Amino acid sequence: MSQFAINLIFVGGSFALYIAIAIWARAGSTKEFYVAGGGVHPVMNGMATAADWMSAASFISMAGLIAAGGYANSTYLMGWTGGYVLLAMLLAPYLRKFGKFTVPEFIGDRFYSKNARFVAVACLIIASVTYVIGQMTGAGVAFSRFLEVESDTGLMIAGVIVFLYAVMGGMKGITYTQVAQYVVLIIAYTIPAVFISLQLTGNFLPPLGLFADHVESGIPLLQKLDMVVRDLGFVDYTADVTNKLNMVLFTLSLMIGTAGLPHVIIRFFTVPKVSDARWSAGWALVFIALLYLTAPAVASMARLNLLNTIYPAGPTADAIQYAERPDWIKNWEQTGLIKFDDKNADGRIQLYNDTAAFKATADARGWNGNELTVNNDILVLANPEIANLPGWVIGLIAAGGLAAALSTAAGLLLAISSAVSHDLIKGSINPQISEKGELLAARISMAVAIVVATWLGMNPPGFAAQVVALAFGIAAASIFPALMMGIFSKRVNNKGAIAGMLAGLLSTVVYIFLFLGWFFIPGTATFANTPDNWLFGISPLSFGAVGAMINFIVAFAVSSVTEAPPVRIQQLVESVRYPKGAGAATDH
Amino acid sequence: MTEHDRNAAAYWSANLRLIIGSLIVWALVSYGFGILLRPMLAGISVGGTDLGFWFAQQGSILTFIGLIFFYAWRMNKLDKEFGLHEE
Repeated sequence: MSQFAINLIFVGGSFALYIAIAIWARAGSTKEFYVAGGGVHPVMNGMATAADWMSAASFISMAGLIAAGGYANSTYLMGWTGGYVLLAMLLAPYLRKFGKFTVPEFIGDRFYSKNARFVAVACLIIASVTYVIGQMTGAGVAFSRFLEVESDTGLMIAGVIVFLYAVMGGMKGITYTQVAQYVVLIIAYTIPAVFISLQLTGNFLPPLGLFADHVESGIPLLQKLDMVVRDLGFVDYTADVTNKLNMVLFTLSLMIGTAGLPHVIIRFFTVPKVSDARWSAGWALVFIALLYLTAPAVASMARLNLLNTIYPAGPTADAIQYAERPDWIKNWEQTGLIKFDDKNADGRIQLYNDTAAFKATADARGWNGNELTVNNDILVLANPEIANLPGWVIGLIAAGGLAAALSTAAGLLLAISSAVSHDLIKGSINPQISEKGELLAARISMAVAIVVATWLGMNPPGFAAQVVALAFGIAAASIFPALMMGIFSKRVNNKGAIAGMLAGLLSTVVYIFLFLGWFFIPGTATFANTPDNWLFGISPLSFGAVGAMINFIVAFAVSSVTEAPPVRIQQLVESVRYPKGAGAATDH
Repeated sequence: MTEHDRNAAAYWSANLRLIIGSLIVWALVSYGFGILLRPMLAGISVGGTDLGFWFAQQGSILTFIGLIFFYAWRMNKLDKEFGLHEE
């Protein structure tokens, strides 16, 4: 059977499963549409949260980032998991007790202000739409490589599938599909990793293999990797970083941003009780950790495998002939994600770190510049091919990558559509709308959001890579602090909260635009995006944490010179703090 | 202040103490051992590298899981002790 047929069976089979779930789990009320009826078991919600959270970035890109950056990119591992500790202790249980349907609804009620609710809706939509672009482009890459269809055709197929289960089932359909998608993606991610770990270290558990001995050389895997990359002019894989302030702030921005992402928070509205929300956060992190503990192993092993492929006789011997390159390089060259340029015209592929410090060595070896550029994103997808694994593993990876992208896209689309139908239409434009009317509005806004997301996936703005920084920056600087102050302070009032959110949002967005271009338009950056230009060495990606601090300071300062919130609001704060009396999620 | 209010206030400060304690551990394993204190742990070797690297890539995640389950277990118990649990 051809590889194409195998891929088609795996991807087609997983899609058939999602459609079956869509037909089975239709939503009949707004409560089912927004919070899946509120009766989801905490373990099941943990699994759905894991799929909701782990996006194309986690599945496709993260291991590649760690492989390229080594220790320095451990920030992603800590940042994208540590946020769950904040979520479990600072937000989820109290927002579950509040018992409403959306994140802006809490901000609007707690700060007794429609304007606060609007600011929250705007932040939610900007953060979620930018995030969804990344999911759709990730799905496009997987389609074009594995199913040999045009990326646009693939995106339309993906759009139709999401449409079926998200429009029909709302949160209910999304929840059960996400559980299925989690199973698909975790199997797809771990099976190749187990094979590779066995090949390289003889240990079948990748997290243990990472710190085990390399079978071929008999020395620890990480030590071997350090030696190989050093011979090619790269920084040691395990090398420490010098700019620790930036590393700390970047990790903190990712943690606060994770905890403040609305599509993750609303998943905790679906469990029956406050105590379940706490357990569920723990289960979510367990399921996430299965991938996050595997990723660093995949990263180091894939990097070593890649360099071994290019330098079969070791990094100090000759590189492989271009004519003899393995099939996977040929396959990925067609997608443009691997590029070869024979700069010294010797017919061999020299892959090294082309820096001034390494120039003498390169010259001595007759090298004339790095000849192979490998996009970080292909590492996980090409992993089974690099390690010569059987064809069904490649089919599995294709289905897994699509599951990761689609599960996150669906969660984001629900956050967007509920903000439109519940916060804007029901909350402001037409408060008298009937239950049936609101459900219809929710379905229509979901459908529109899917069309917009699919279109954005087909015509990705040139800044697709930067927008993730924007999504996390906004969630960290505006949404997280507002929610936390709403629960932990009785003194922060409407004026303070709005001023704080705007200050956090604007400072973060301006700092990002200064270095990455105003509205990401190429060539409009005020300063070159280099560490010398950064304020105190803080990169634009790390500024979300600073924006959050600005939000807190402004909110407390403004609140302290204005009147205290009314007594009924202080009672509301009291009521979210104590689990007793929590009902199911309601819309009034 | 009524008896009910005093009970609620005691519950809330117990929660805050638990959160602060947990977040100290949370920060220590990630920002501490994983990043800022890594040079101090360089002497302790773990599989070809040092303990700081292990905390940055595995130890912190495992600790986070432990922290959340510990917090959930303690709080769900406190809910009942203070009579503030859901029916």
